[in-house]
Amino acid sequence: MTVIGAVDAQNLVDALGLGAIYGLMAVGIGLVFGVLRLVNFAYGQLIMAGAFTLAYASRAGWSTWQAILACFGVVIALSLVMEVTVFRPLRTRSPAVMLVATFAVSFLLQSIALLVVLKVQGQVGIPASTVAQLAQAVTIGGVDVRKVTIVALVVAIVALSGLALLLGKTTVGLQMRAAATDFTTARLLGVSANRVITLAVLLAGVIAAAVAVLLTASQSYVTSDFALHDMIIVLVGVVVGGIDRLWTATLGGFAIGFTRGVINGALPTDKSVYLPSALFALVILVLILRPAGLFAGGRSSVVDRV
Amino acid sequence: MVDATNPAKTRRPGGFRAAAVSRSFDGVHALDCVTLGLYSHEVVGLIGPNGAGKSTLVNVMTGFDFPTSGAVEFEGQDITRWSPHRRGRAGLARTFQHSHSFRDLSVRENVEVAALGVGQKPREARARASELLGILGLADQADALAGGLAHGDERRLGVARALVTEPKFVLMDEPAAGLPEAEVPEFAAVIRAVRDEHNAGVLLIDHNMTLIMEVCDRIHVLDQGATLAEGTPAEIRANLDVAAAYLGESAIRTDAGVDELR
Repeated sequence: MTVIGAVDAQNLVDALGLGAIYGLMAVGIGLVFGVLRLVNFAYGQLIMAGAFTLAYASRAGWSTWQAILACFGVVIALSLVMEVTVFRPLRTRSPAVMLVATFAVSFLLQSIALLVVLKVQGQVGIPASTVAQLAQAVTIGGVDVRKVTIVALVVAIVALSGLALLLGKTTVGLQMRAAATDFTTARLLGVSANRVITLAVLLAGVIAAAVAVLLTASQSYVTSDFALHDMIIVLVGVVVGGIDRLWTATLGGFAIGFTRGVINGALPTDKSVYLPSALFALVILVLILRPAGLFAGGRSSVVDRV
Repeated sequence: MVDATNPAKTRRPGGFRAAAVSRSFDGVHALDCVTLGLYSHEVVGLIGPNGAGKSTLVNVMTGFDFPTSGAVEFEGQDITRWSPHRRGRAGLARTFQHSHSFRDLSVRENVEVAALGVGQKPREARARASELLGILGLADQADALAGGLAHGDERRLGVARALVTEPKFVLMDEPAAGLPEAEVPEFAAVIRAVRDEHNAGVLLIDHNMTLIMEVCDRIHVLDQGATLAEGTPAEIRANLDVAAAYLGESAIRTDAGVDELR
């Protein structure tokens, strides 16, 4: 019995870690959605770019800290390039145009990654060994906890607290919240659109870089579809949670990550192919029962807002 | 009765003017050569039946719409093509007929955002926001979410948001709609304070004739997109043409204004 109990606690701990990572991704998607009313489908490829940076840094023999620093640099730079070249010129266009544009960026980045890795390395992926030590486990109370789980939880708590302070206590945070509530009126009242959008994209980029480090620790073989599946699942979680509010979106991301972790642990290894089916069956159930979002609290749904 | 198109009367230096403004939508004249001047330290009422072009005029003056012909002038400059935000920074503010408050922000934050938008320092913005909410009787709800406000309170929030920018001119589009009749005198006092203490010019659109007659220094009457009359409240009250225009459309059925105008 104790063995099973330990295994269960193990599952819960792993699920918490995955929930934290997915919650962070949801924050990144929700921040940009708040000010642009745009689901950035290329968000996963920002994470992929970060993972490749870590992988190439490992090959070049950089230290872990140098690699992480490079990862943040590349992802933030790429976020800002995306904002200037895609979001800013298309900002006044219809949501459909922007959505398709982010799909295009997503596929473009994946294709570039695939080409570069195939041409240069002659293989589909590169191992990122530099952060692999984070996957090592420490034993706490009979439960093996991987270091990455602890780091993920700490990063999530620090990032969310920092974000709450920024949004709640600063001028630009107030302007961001105003813009997220009613962008047109906010602009009329003198909120600089470029300023709030750039900040949202920048914050989302910082979070993407952190997620790249955390994901690479557990999936250290980096390919061009890195983070793609995670991204799709997080998007579903965000919608289930309620995308028009940052905190409900975040909770949705966390919930779907946690649920995925728990189901993954509960399913026997040979049945893990059923994981997506089980997950999406749950999602359909939630959307039937709470169409406005799991945590929307009876408020009008995104359908009214967009 | 003063002829509104008389240049001698309307061409005073400074001020905020719509000069011979016309606006047509697909051939229909919403405004036809309307000239309206607003100067510091006065309250001008803009009245007329529904569809007379009041909101179109306000939209043109605040940059939400452009005139087909004519110009908008602000302190001698042609600002016809300026964006609403640029006009806001220059000292023009407006309130909206439909609430444009940020539902997810607190009442105080709604006012703060507007103050920050015209370049006030955060501390200054916060202090002024609190002060104005006190004046407008919203101090108790300062920390409540704006989305939960009652209709009348939401109107006053709109006024607070316009006034916190310390405008030289403020255009109020039906600010008293939905306000309980008992609160009208208090609201009239607020408008007078804007004129007397801030030395601002106020353009007031409202269907509440009690309020209009009580606070306005001048009244401008629009009917079918054209100026019908302009004058002091006493002159307007005496003018039966105005009453006829009103009674025809009966835009003010519900209040005492009809009797007053007869």
